[in-house]
Amino acid sequence: MARAALQHEGIPVSFIPNTDADRAEMLAAIGAQSVADLFHDVPAEHRFPRLDLPAAASELEVLRELDALSRQNADCGAAPCFLGAGSYRHFIPSVVDYVISRSEFATAYTPYQPEISQGTLQAIFEYQSMIARLTGMEVSNASHYDGATATAEAVIMALNVAQGSRRRVVLSAGVHPHYREVVRTYTQGMRLEILGDDEDKRPAELARLCDATTGCVVVQNPDFFGRVVAPADLAALAKSVHACGALLVVAVNPVSLGLLTPPGEAGADIAVGEGQSLGNTMSFGGPYLGFFAFRREHVRKSSGRIAGQTVDGTGRRGFVFTLSTREQHIRREKATSNICTNQSLNALAAAAYLAALGPRGLARVAELCWHKAHYAASRVGAVPGFRVDGAEFFHEFAVSCPLAPAEINRRLFETHGIIGGYELGGDYPAAGFPARKDQMLFCCTEMNTRDEIDLLARALEEVTHA
Amino acid sequence: MDSKVEPGVRYSKTHEWVRVEGAEAVVGISDYAQHKLSDIVFVDLPAAGRELKAGTACMVIESVKAAEEVFAPVSGTVSARNEALVKNPEIVNTDPFGKGWLVRVKLASPVEVDALMDAAAYTSYLATLGE
Repeated sequence: MARAALQHEGIPVSFIPNTDADRAEMLAAIGAQSVADLFHDVPAEHRFPRLDLPAAASELEVLRELDALSRQNADCGAAPCFLGAGSYRHFIPSVVDYVISRSEFATAYTPYQPEISQGTLQAIFEYQSMIARLTGMEVSNASHYDGATATAEAVIMALNVAQGSRRRVVLSAGVHPHYREVVRTYTQGMRLEILGDDEDKRPAELARLCDATTGCVVVQNPDFFGRVVAPADLAALAKSVHACGALLVVAVNPVSLGLLTPPGEAGADIAVGEGQSLGNTMSFGGPYLGFFAFRREHVRKSSGRIAGQTVDGTGRRGFVFTLSTREQHIRREKATSNICTNQSLNALAAAAYLAALGPRGLARVAELCWHKAHYAASRVGAVPGFRVDGAEFFHEFAVSCPLAPAEINRRLFETHGIIGGYELGGDYPAAGFPARKDQMLFCCTEMNTRDEIDLLARALEEVTHA
Repeated sequence: MDSKVEPGVRYSKTHEWVRVEGAEAVVGISDYAQHKLSDIVFVDLPAAGRELKAGTACMVIESVKAAEEVFAPVSGTVSARNEALVKNPEIVNTDPFGKGWLVRVKLASPVEVDALMDAAAYTSYLATLGE
């Protein structure tokens, strides 16, 4: 069929590189008369439905329209922001963007012919080494999609360690609600018994749910409410979990590890978490970075790709993807995980961020977060009607409010341009969590100035006592 | 390839062997199987107490070039596993019929053993594989 005829039928031709002669030859080979014949199974009235679209716009017009739309967004770079709940605003040194923008690295994907990409493999290896050191674990994989998928993979790994003989998974309500949801989505159809998150349970209570059928116990530290589990409590939990023959999975905020005891030291078997706060922007919720680290004895049951260091035939240092026999391109349906990729560019950003800050820099960021959040808690707690949750916390804290949290947030934003806290009632049903309905979760990082925090306290007083 | 065939044990078509000792059986893989796998780097032994069903996958053996399932040649309960293989899986390569045994199984149905090949039949079977 000629180009003109294609156009006549409404088939776009501008980006079709083959010639009329090519097309005629291909049609003849398959015994079709025209391109339209190929669509003959689609009822005629559904082939080219009329789309109610505006006329085509020029590039300049499109840019102007999108720019106008984007101005309606509240920009965390400009508005004072006290929202955290799993996605955190941190300062990102310029060197991070410089490194990840280099064309050698600017691909979001893990290579499929990896060994010719030595630089990529070395970058992943460096990332893994940093994550292992940060979490106090022996091995890290090359990363997962985000904190939620890393947590779900940890649960599956724990079940694999038990060779499928254990079906109970104990989840703490302090684990991010989205992570718990993804754990349930990933494992549906595996006939598991997932329990423990119907109400707020302390580590000792979670330990009591752990029995001979339990594959793992999953906790988060600091938990979703910002609370820090004391190292002794975590170590005691690890001991009881191990006594049942189960594994302890700890989801951690990596920035908090500049200050807090690494999960590996507290006895965790698998440490996972959201790596976004390490050099990655909030960017509307993704792409993010799931880190995943564990004890060496379980390496064969681990998920994801692992870059390893080796030597070539002449003794020179080189890098490879190792232990691939766990992965689905080799083991098919018996693979330990159905993820054979990683978040290379995000992991690289995390590695560049950690390298730029160094251990002392990260400790300083963690201290700033802690101090600013505690200053904010003292100011917010002093506003009449507000009560701060008394527990030990890192950089987030739950506050009981005198008005509906959603209403407070609306007023904060409309009258003061402040992005307020996270409304906890949506994720925590009143049945098991009666106090959460009226609570808001505030977050402070090194990005929140003292002026912003003072402004928040004054604004809260104004919007609730007007 | 010249594979050793141990007399006095029974073989499956998937190259596992069984040596009956009273109510129990020792299970391993044949010399042919270890040759095919080449250097073994990991044996994922089933836990003691696990129920095995004849003909179904019960563990994985990984070598430098493959990861293969081992099929239970007989049904029963795992009564012991060769813990030496955790640290030194290459024993399966060096002594597949001896120190390289995999598990001991308490037999659920001893007659299953009769359905397996004896050394002579296994030797002929290997010949049909062109080895």
